[in-house]
Amino acid sequence: MGSRNSLLLCVLVFAVVSALFTGHPEAAWPLAQIDDYLLNILIMAGINVILAVSLNIVSGHTGQFSLGHAGFMAVGAYGSAAVTQIGGKPILNALSFLGGAAPICMFVLSLLVGGLLAALAGFAVGLPSLRLKGDYLAIVTLGFGEIIRVVIQNTEAVGGARGLTGIPAFTTLGWTWGLAAFCIYCVSALIRSTYGRGFLAVRDDEIAAEAMGVNTTKYKVTAFVVGSFFAGLAGALYAHLIGYITPEGFSFLKSVDVVVMVILGGMGSTLGVTVAAILLTALNELLRQAEQYRMVAFALLLIVLMIARPQGLLGGIDRWLQARRNRS
Amino acid sequence: MNEFLQQLINGLSLGAVYALIALGYTMVYGVLRFINFAHGDVFMVGAFSGMYLSRWLKPLLAHWPEWLFAVVVLAGSMAFCGVLGIVIERLAYKPLRERPRLTVLITAIGVSLLLEYSGQLLFGAAPRGFPSLIESRSLSGLGELHATNIQAFVLTATALLLGGLHLIVMRTRMGLAMRALSLNPTAAMLMGVNTNVVISFTFGLGSALAAAGAIFYASLYQAIEPFMGVLPGMKAFVAAVLGGVGSLPGAMVGGLILGVVETLVVGYSKVLGIPPGYRDAVAFVILILILLFKPSGLFGKQQREKV
Repeated sequence: MGSRNSLLLCVLVFAVVSALFTGHPEAAWPLAQIDDYLLNILIMAGINVILAVSLNIVSGHTGQFSLGHAGFMAVGAYGSAAVTQIGGKPILNALSFLGGAAPICMFVLSLLVGGLLAALAGFAVGLPSLRLKGDYLAIVTLGFGEIIRVVIQNTEAVGGARGLTGIPAFTTLGWTWGLAAFCIYCVSALIRSTYGRGFLAVRDDEIAAEAMGVNTTKYKVTAFVVGSFFAGLAGALYAHLIGYITPEGFSFLKSVDVVVMVILGGMGSTLGVTVAAILLTALNELLRQAEQYRMVAFALLLIVLMIARPQGLLGGIDRWLQARRNRS
Repeated sequence: MNEFLQQLINGLSLGAVYALIALGYTMVYGVLRFINFAHGDVFMVGAFSGMYLSRWLKPLLAHWPEWLFAVVVLAGSMAFCGVLGIVIERLAYKPLRERPRLTVLITAIGVSLLLEYSGQLLFGAAPRGFPSLIESRSLSGLGELHATNIQAFVLTATALLLGGLHLIVMRTRMGLAMRALSLNPTAAMLMGVNTNVVISFTFGLGSALAAAGAIFYASLYQAIEPFMGVLPGMKAFVAAVLGGVGSLPGAMVGGLILGVVETLVVGYSKVLGIPPGYRDAVAFVILILILLFKPSGLFGKQQREKV
């Protein structure tokens, strides 16, 4: 537990510091002005942390392998963009009594809408998928992810296949890492709660858990809903960072990106997954020159990892830290 | 009525392709109990090997009748993919025989990505034209219906392949061993079945059928690219589930049904009120419905879970 708390503390401190110093040009103390490119990468790293930690609830802690995470991200991105871009003016007018805080309130509202819509989608997917296990579940979540994408592609109100442009750039470093800290906190607290024990029980042995009176259905759906909510938040942050979203950006390959982060970090290890998300974001940028070799290398890494070290590169790191602390 | 028959012809030739891919999923599931995610990408490799084979062989076999030439290309690319399937199984899946199914599934996704992106590296990301093995001609004598000789070739060749597969599975010792392995792996091993050989053979056979499906698919649609296997692969998986995973006749029927339904939904999109853009969602809706109401599929056996 200790390592999780210190992780949370690190992320929180980072969020507060970055909110104060670099959040946006008019930040309280704009001491450290970093260039936009680095800023974008840092924000993307935060978004990826949220995505990976949220998928980890579903796949790592509850053992329900999902390949549809990009679909929930898409719901969040489009849902929140609908608030700020399509409904922007009237909502801003309605919030005008808040004065200067109105745009920020609208952003918070859009984050909530994005997250809740994604959670709703997660509920809708989780409920029928419960009867399935392992590879079947993987295919069905993949199918749902694709259905979400096809529906968006054919909905002209949100731009169809052309995508949605002109989304205001509300996402800042502080917001992203603040929400990442919130996500890590929620997941760690959840895992330590009665609910969390239920998740772990479902993962370790579903039949035994059911025999002991654990309502497996409830825990699986809860995991899906919570995971989707945070995926939706990540999607909302992403939409307001890039300002332009297309259905193609949330394809199956985006889901695979997140899956690679979770597997590399070690399923069920929040710390490992957080580190893996940050590392992979940095690696993606470093390898941008060799884009076409990057995915080949990832694929090979995935295969070799599964054969040689299925717990992930960083899996078991929390237990190792724990053991070290106990010894000293 | 004519329009309906027309859609049926188009749907059946697409369904034949789905059926050929679906058989690979079902056979592998039968012996190893896992979904070979990379199967759709073996299909893609089949299409590209067909393209290169026909380019190389065209000058050599210029005076051969075109159907014989098509058969040679078909056989060549089936052989190539058969070997590829066996190699993939040996290198990636065999070390994981006793591991949890999730590990194998993730490895299969890795193999799938590896094939896709290596394909992109080797062949480029842009779609390539597939050389027409057979000159496209309309068949006469069908009244107002329109069918090409390619469609006829696809349906005949598929029927022959399925017949051959039936003979292999039902009439040879290897087929007997395959059936034994899918009934009970441990008992089969105790009876002296060499499981490694049977599993390799199954992978080879399934991959060869996928290559055949790829040649037909490429002949029908004439464009191939490194990611072409993703959607047909997933749809063929749906076809396998629809027919009942593990059941060979199920995979055939499931493939044909899926091809026809998909074509009908697009053909009658105005009447049904479903935009044609939803074409790719049809298969997944079918998948979800079948898993909800009859998870064992049309021909599958209900399996009880043992603790």
